[in-house]
Parts: sequence; C-alpha cells; structure tokens
Amino acid sequence: MAESNTLQERLTSIRAEVREKLQAIMDSRSVYEYRKSVFDGKTGLIGSLMREMGKIPKEEKAEFGKRVNEIKNWAQELFDEKNTALKELEMKKRYESERIDVTMPAVKHVHGNLHPVTMVTNQLIDIFAGLGFDIYEGTEIEKDYYNFTALNTPADHPARDMQDTFYLSPEFLLRTQTSAGQIHVMEEKKPPIKIISPGKVFRSDDDATHSPMFTQMEGLVVDKGITLGDLKGMLDEIVQKIFGEGTTTRLRPSYFPFTEPSVEVDVSCFQCKGCGCSLCKGTGWIEILGAGVVNNKVLEGCGIDTDVYSGFAFGVGLERIAMLKYGYNNIKLLFESDLRVLSQIDD
Amino acid sequence: MLVPLSWLKEYVDINVSPEVLEEKLFSCGFEVEERYQVGKDISGIVVGLVESCDPIEGTHLSLCMVNAGSYGTFQVCCGADNVRAGGKFPLALVGAQVYATAKDHVTVEGLMEIKAGKLRGYDSFGMLCSGTELGLSEDLYPGAGYNGLLVLPEDAEPGADVKEITGLNDWIYDVSITANRPDAMSIFGIAREVAAVLSAPLHAPDLSYTEKLSKTDVTGQGLEVSVAAPDLCPRYIGHYVYDVKIAESPAWMKRRLALVGCSAISNIVDITNYVLKELGQPMHAFDEAFLSQSRIEVRRAREGEPIVTLDEKEFKLNDQNLVICDGEKPVALAGIMGGLNSEIRDTTTGVVFEAAKFARDNVRKTSRALGQASDSSAVFSKGVNEYTTVMAMKRALHLVEELQCGTVSSTHVDVNTGNSVEPRDLTVSVKRVNGVLGITVPDEEIVSILNRLDMQPELSGDTLKLRIPAYREDMEAYQDVAEEVIRMYGYDHVQPTFMPTASVTSGGRSAHQKALLRLRQALAAAGAYEAIHYSFFSPADFDLLMLPQDAPERKAIRILNPINEDLSLMRTTLAPQMLYAIQRNQKRGNIEGRLFEIGKVFLPKELPLADYPEERETLCIGLFGNEESFYTLKGFADTVADTYGVTFRYEAAEATYLHPYQTAAVLLNGEKIGVLGKVKYEIADELVLRTPAYILELDLSPLSKYDSSIKKYRPLPKFDVEKRDFAFVLDQGVSCEQVEEAISGACPYITSVRLFDVYEGANLPKGKKSMAFSVVFTPEDHAFTEQEMVGFTDAVLRDLQEKVGAVLRS
Repeated sequence: MAESNTLQERLTSIRAEVREKLQAIMDSRSVYEYRKSVFDGKTGLIGSLMREMGKIPKEEKAEFGKRVNEIKNWAQELFDEKNTALKELEMKKRYESERIDVTMPAVKHVHGNLHPVTMVTNQLIDIFAGLGFDIYEGTEIEKDYYNFTALNTPADHPARDMQDTFYLSPEFLLRTQTSAGQIHVMEEKKPPIKIISPGKVFRSDDDATHSPMFTQMEGLVVDKGITLGDLKGMLDEIVQKIFGEGTTTRLRPSYFPFTEPSVEVDVSCFQCKGCGCSLCKGTGWIEILGAGVVNNKVLEGCGIDTDVYSGFAFGVGLERIAMLKYGYNNIKLLFESDLRVLSQIDD
Repeated sequence: MLVPLSWLKEYVDINVSPEVLEEKLFSCGFEVEERYQVGKDISGIVVGLVESCDPIEGTHLSLCMVNAGSYGTFQVCCGADNVRAGGKFPLALVGAQVYATAKDHVTVEGLMEIKAGKLRGYDSFGMLCSGTELGLSEDLYPGAGYNGLLVLPEDAEPGADVKEITGLNDWIYDVSITANRPDAMSIFGIAREVAAVLSAPLHAPDLSYTEKLSKTDVTGQGLEVSVAAPDLCPRYIGHYVYDVKIAESPAWMKRRLALVGCSAISNIVDITNYVLKELGQPMHAFDEAFLSQSRIEVRRAREGEPIVTLDEKEFKLNDQNLVICDGEKPVALAGIMGGLNSEIRDTTTGVVFEAAKFARDNVRKTSRALGQASDSSAVFSKGVNEYTTVMAMKRALHLVEELQCGTVSSTHVDVNTGNSVEPRDLTVSVKRVNGVLGITVPDEEIVSILNRLDMQPELSGDTLKLRIPAYREDMEAYQDVAEEVIRMYGYDHVQPTFMPTASVTSGGRSAHQKALLRLRQALAAAGAYEAIHYSFFSPADFDLLMLPQDAPERKAIRILNPINEDLSLMRTTLAPQMLYAIQRNQKRGNIEGRLFEIGKVFLPKELPLADYPEERETLCIGLFGNEESFYTLKGFADTVADTYGVTFRYEAAEATYLHPYQTAAVLLNGEKIGVLGKVKYEIADELVLRTPAYILELDLSPLSKYDSSIKKYRPLPKFDVEKRDFAFVLDQGVSCEQVEEAISGACPYITSVRLFDVYEGANLPKGKKSMAFSVVFTPEDHAFTEQEMVGFTDAVLRDLQEKVGAVLRS
C-alpha cells in the first residue's frame, strides 16, 4: 500500500505540474511542444510512466496500468481542452484585428451597358421574334424608288413634304423611314411575310424633340385575310409588353401614302392610367406610332396578288419609346454619349 | 388651318358644344391642334350705360356713373374723348382682365387686371374700354379701331356680355389636314365633314350671278386666254367684270378674313382671299387696263425673264417657272403671287378674275427655288381639284354682285385639258370593305355614312355602287371606301384579333444579328458603354485625324442638302465622333470611361453615287483615363476575337491619329481588319483631353463568316499538366510575339505560353531585357516523366537560343 500511496502521490503531483504548466502556456505551438514532451516515451512525465511497468510487482501491475491510462486520458483531455480554448482565443483575436468600417464605399464591379435605344430595340425584337417575325435590316442609303415611289409616294406627291429628305444624288437619299425595307422584303420573298425592320432613319429636323438621325422600327405582315382588327390585336399585345399590363391602344384616322386606311396609334397613358397628367398633356393618351392596312398599290407593285393577300404595317420611333419609358426629356441626350446618362438605365 | 365656328355655322347647323365638335372632328380624321375663343384673354366685360358724365376740372377726365344692369351702377373715371352721357360702352368690372396698352392707347403691352382705384382723388370702380383693350380691330368689329371708347349698339342691354355682342365669344379651331385631303383645306371643306359626322344638312354657298354685257361690248376687245404649258396648268378660267367700284368690303367679310388671319385690302382683292379661305381655291384679280392686248398667256418663263411681285420683290425666272403673261410680259408668278404691274388699284374699273389649277409639284418647286411663298402657293402645293376651280369662279362672281362692287360680264374663258368635274363611278364589294376592317359594319350604316359623304351609295347584295364627288380625288378603291366607313363609324368598333387566318411562322434573329448582340453584350460586360453617333460628320473631322489629302477616308459621300457643313458627309470612319464623345465627357468631368459604337461607315464605289455604296459594319472603342493603356484596349480586341471564336494577331503599325510607337494593326488570318493605339498627343492637346485616350477601329465584316461558329466542348486533360517558368535575357528589340512563337514551336505539347514579367535596367547588360514566361505542357496519352520534362525544357532553351538569342537568366 505504501507503494500505492507513493504512486498516488506521484500521479497527483504530475497532474498538478501539468495543470500548472499548461495554464501558463498561451499559444497553441507551445501547447503542441509541451504535449510532445509530456508524452515522450523516454523522458515524458506521463509518457515514461509505462517504462516502470517492469519494476512493478505482478499483482499491482493491473492497478498501475489502469492508473497510468487514467492519467494519460486525463492529460489528453486537458490538452484538447486547452487547445480548443486557445484556438477560440486566437480566432477571436484574429477577427478583432480584422475589424473594418462597413460603411466605407464598395469596390465597384466594372461593367458597361447597351445603349438605351439598343435596349428598346432588343426588347421589341424579342417580343416580335416570339410572334414569328423575322428581322430585316435594310441599308441607310436608299434609292428614292424604295423610300418613296414604291411606297405610293411619286415625285410630285404632297406627302413628300411631310418629310424633309437628305439627298445624296437625284437617285440616292438617306432613308426617311424604315418602310423602305418593306419593298425589298416583298420583292425577295412571297407571303406569308412577317418582318420587323429596325434601323436608323434621317430627316432634316433638328430641335429638342427632333434629331436629324433617329431609329425606327417598321413592322410588316402580309398573309391571307389580314385585317385592321389584326393590327389592333397585335398592337394591344405589344404595348402591354412594353408599357405594362392594362395598357390599351386607340386608333384614329391618319394618312400615310403606303397604307389605306392609315391610323395613328395612341396608348393609354401608363403614368396616370388615363386620368390626365403632364406626360400625356392631360389627354390620357400618348401618340406612339403610325400604322395601317398596306395599300394595294404597294402590294401590287411588288407582284403580290391583292385578291389573295392583304397586310398591315406599322412604324415606331424607338427614341420616342426610350424617352417615354425611361423619362429622357431631350432626344439629344441619346446621341451625346455622356457616361452619366448612359450609366443610369439598365433594362 | 384656322376655322371659325361662326363661319362654319353658315354651311351646317351645329347643335353640339364646341368641345364635342372638336372630338367629332378628331374622330373622323381632322385633328384639332388648338381650339380657342377669340376673346380668350379677356373677361368681365359688360355693357355699361353712362348715366351721367361730368368733367373733372383741370383734367381731361370725366367722372361717370355707369349703369351695368344687374351688376349695379359704378362710379368710373374716364379719359376718353368720346365718353358721353347716354352712350353705351364696354365696362370692365373690378376683377376683369383686358389688354394693357402703351401711352398711345394703340400698342398692346400684355394683359392687366382691373382694380378699384383713385384718379385725381376720385374713386373709380372699373374701366370703360376701347376696342384695342378688348383685342378688337376695326376689321373684327366696326368702330373698334377708334382711339377712344368702343361704341356699342343702342339696343345693347346694360349688364349684357360684351363678348357676345362683339363676337369675342366665337371659337377658332386650328385643324390639321392630312396630305390626302386637300379638298378639306377650306372652311366649306371642313363644313362638308362636319355635316357628315353630325348627320346634319349641308348648306352650300350661293353661286348664282347674272351675266350682263360681254367684254367686247364694254371695251371693244374680247378676252383671249391661251395655255402653252397644259402639263403645268390643266385648267385656267378667266372671267371679266366691269364697272368695278373699288371700296372697302362689308364688315361681315372683313371680320371673317380677320378671324383667319387675313387683312382686308379692298372689295375685289378681299373676294379672292375670301374664296380661297371659303373654298380652298386660290384666285387672282388682274386690273384689265394693265393687261396688254387683253390677252392672257400661261407659259413657262424665259431664261432670265424678270418679274416684280405684289410685295415689290424682283425675281429672275427660268423655264422651270410658270408665269401668267399678258400680250407682252409676265403679270403673275403662277399660283404664287400676282405681279405689281397689274395689281388692283383704287382706280381700277375692270377686272379679270383668274381661277386655275396649277401642277402642285411645279408650284412647290418654284416657291422653294425663289424663296417666295403665299397662302395660294401653300394651297396649290397640296393640290386643288378642278371641281372647286369651277365652283370658286362662280362664287367670286356671286360675291361681286352681293357686294355690288362690279358688273359680271358674259365674257368667260375656260381652257382645260378635258378633266371631268362630274362625279365618277366606283363599284366595290361590301365584303372586301369589311374584309379590310375585320368587322362587319351593318349595311344600313355603310349606306348612311356614304350618303352623308355625298357618294350616293346604291347597295344590292354585295355590290356597292358609288358616285364619288369630283373633289374627292383620293377615292380610288375599296380600301378607300373602308377608310371612309370606319372613320365615320368609329375606330373604337374595330375588334382586336390575332391573325386567325395567317400562317404560323418561326422568326427571330439571324446568326449575324445574334453575333452582333453577343458582341455588344461582351463589350458591355468588359466595362464599355454603347454609344450611338450620327451617320454623317464634318469634312473637318478628316483634319482632326491628320489624314493626308489623298487618304481613302476622304472619299466620302456628300449630302446635297445638309443641315450644316458639320453634318454634310457620310462617315468613312467612326474615330472622330468617338474622339468628340471622349472630349465631351471630359469637359463634363467624366475623366475616365469606356465607350464603344457599332455602326456603319459608307464607302462609295464611285462618286457621284451610281450604285448602293458599301455600308460596312464597323466597331469603334474609345477608352480614356489614367488607368487605361494600350494593353487594356488590346484586351477589348481580344474580347472581340473571343466572341467570334477567332484569334487576332497584332503587329506594330501606324495610323495618322495614333501614337507612332503605341499602335498595332489587328490581323485576322493575316489580313488587316483594324487598328488600335494611343491617341496622338497633338490631338489630345487640341481636344484638351485631361487623361490619355485610346482608340480601336475594326471592320466587322470579315468576322461575319464566324457569326455562327459554335464552340464545342474539349475534354479535360486526362493527365496532370506540367507548368514551367522561364526567365530569359534577350536583346531589347526582340518582340514578345517572337519569343512566344519560338517557345510554342519548341515542343508539340506546349498548350499555353504567357508572359508574366518584363524587366530592364540594373543587373542587365545595356540593350538587354529580361522576359519571364509561364509555359504549360499538356500530356496526351501518358503522364510526363521527369526525363521527358527535362528534354522538353532543354528543347525550349535550345530553340530560344537559336531563334531569338535568348539565354536563361541566372
């Protein structure tokens, strides 16, 4: 028993020593080193205990082994606890050292954007593509014939006064309307025809609401039994997609040489829902495009049998749509490439 | 076009409010741009009976007690010389609004509100008004031109509204007429539409007159009219009027002319203007005494032939201009303005009236070429119809009798090319009319509408027979009938349908359009904003780019009628406008940014244009800012290449506007398709750029054959790739590309060569530089052994030594 007592005392003192030393250690590296030394099989305070087994009387061996294992387990646990505590402390310190001012400005991601008119064009193309329309892009320089004559606007026609045309030669001009593309399409393709034709057009106008160059999109459908009602049905659908659900259209009589009947199309004001505001000048309606049933003279000129086929066409100014949709107050803003303007809209 | 409601009411009974009339006009195709009351600016004016009027001593003022009926009796100080007890004058009550006049009591200087006040110590509650203060002229209301109080009729009730008495409550409609309806360009023309849309009867103007003596009886000489240019003058009617007594027109005519913005001159001239406004037919009156040989000849002017028009402007004419001549000389510029030599004078006793149709295009062109325009030329340019030409002459002669300003002779000369002024037949199918509209308009509605439009419809089964009035030259086919029906029936009857009979089509962007969209999106993702610039630019832009006189870019298409010189050429390069965009941004404080434009340049095959020019799709990128460099721009070029799945090569190059040593040509398959570089300092200085700018311009057309190149998945390497870094010392003149090519050529397994460091300076011999490359070796069928790798690197070192004289940096 004397020896047991001694063993007991030794183990108690080992425990006290390890506990004390470990308490003083404040970094995990030193914990690791100390642990290594304590469990060293030759020299370690605990690790070397098993070496004494040989000297232990046989009947006490079991008890000795049990005690040594106990202290081993106790020490492992103690070291693990210390490690955990230290890790927590170190993490805490690390986190604290990395405190930042979250109100400082963000690092901006560099990105650019498409032009607002391109955005509008893409939206319209997506809508019409979904309805089975092809996209035809004509040339900006056009023959007088395609821009006017074939569109039922011969040389002495008063409608030519409606548009101030830039001429390049007696035969060539800058197209005043994307309608010019209609004829090329109908010359090349027989019905059914469903196209839209976006592009730049030119008129000799220059003020806050007119730019000498702007973007138009022409739409043309030629097929069997196409009516004015079909035009209205399609426009009703389109304006809801552009300006939001509940937007309706109103047709009113107008005149274009290449359509008969011709209509101006107004949309119900999407800002005031028709109650009257500054955008719609109190009328509840906003004029957005011209349209009509394709004039038979135009179809016949392209060799299309008007006893079988009929069609509708429309032309819309895309800057106007962009201005209405995004709120630009001057068309010139769209051609100045001011980054403060271009970076505002992402649609 | 201005349409007074009171005038309109002469032809049609209007029993709807002015607002409803506006809506009705709008719904049937005549947009009212503005509707206003003649006296819209003034208010609070009633009839005032001056009951007593006592001069205020030592002043020009009178102290009046003015009876304003139910409004009460007011004390008013008045300075007018014609104020008198018992007189009835307009009284502006306290709170009324009238025009303010200058000291001369004639010049209007804005509006003023009447307040109770004191004059010379006397209270005054209101103001007795002159015609000017109410906005009335002598033409609008007789006596209104007097510089003193406006005298109201004896029978005016005190307290009654002066606006009603003086016609200031009349409404003016400013109606916009579409180009297909020149027949509606007159008060009567609009009246026809109003009658139709209101289903009200139409009262035509009186055209009756009685012919008396012939011209030969009166002057001993007949009237001879010949038309030498029937293509430009399909109809010419002349009629002689004698015993003319030039005087003022009656008040009703002066008032109407004044309401539509026409000043009264004399009865004969006023009749021509009145008929123009009433019926839309320009007319002219010649003083017969000044028509040499009593002849009228309509012909093209001779080269250099002079004429002085009524407004005393002289013009030199040519054979593109049509003139009306007497036996010797031009007496009028056809359709535009009369000549000074034959104008109506106070002494005129004989008049030849002219009503003609001149070719609209010729009038328009002459008017533009000479810079001379009139109400007549505006109407002729839109087109008149011969039905109205005939009608107008009758109307003018009727008015001569009505105004008792002359005697209508029996001398009437009508030269024409045989065009009928009778209604013409048009037969259409009702089914087709409805087919245009997509609805079935009830037959009785169709008949009623076309009846109201005086087209005399006869319907049997599907066949609709019409008699189209001669003034409706626009009516040609069933589509036109459909338009007439629906604009009267109402567009709100059109039911939305969704092409129930049309074929199903699949549409969408072409491969090319998709590629351009991808490119735009890639450039935006890389940080650039899209710009859109005009397709035309300035000749000075070539100088900005420092292009030599023979540069191909200078071969640009000219606009014949540009807005100004700065917008006069079709662009052949996108660079100048990009430079200006950078300049604009910097001026506005955006000193760094990235812009791109995809647009067309216009390359003529020959000038002047004989064929469509090439419209070449071109990309321009402009970067500016201290963080930008040649290499950030080159990164954008590589983005373009990546978008199309191609590889660009770059080689040092020159461009007139770019830095001589920081410029590269972009090569695709060995062919130059563009250029990029730093903007020259001379240009940056001229544009006052605060930070460096870089420009790329690239022809996109050669890339279009890669529009639909679909990238395929490449399997990942089965074995680990080996990466080795090399640092070489080489001559400074050796380019990165040369080293890259030498490395790539050294071993077939090299899949990537990337420069990661360049160094010049201390530790290196003069004229040398160090370049460090990261090289990737990709195994194909087995993992590389260490020996193999040694072999590969040895090969690289050997090749580099041989090809570019590079040695491994120690």
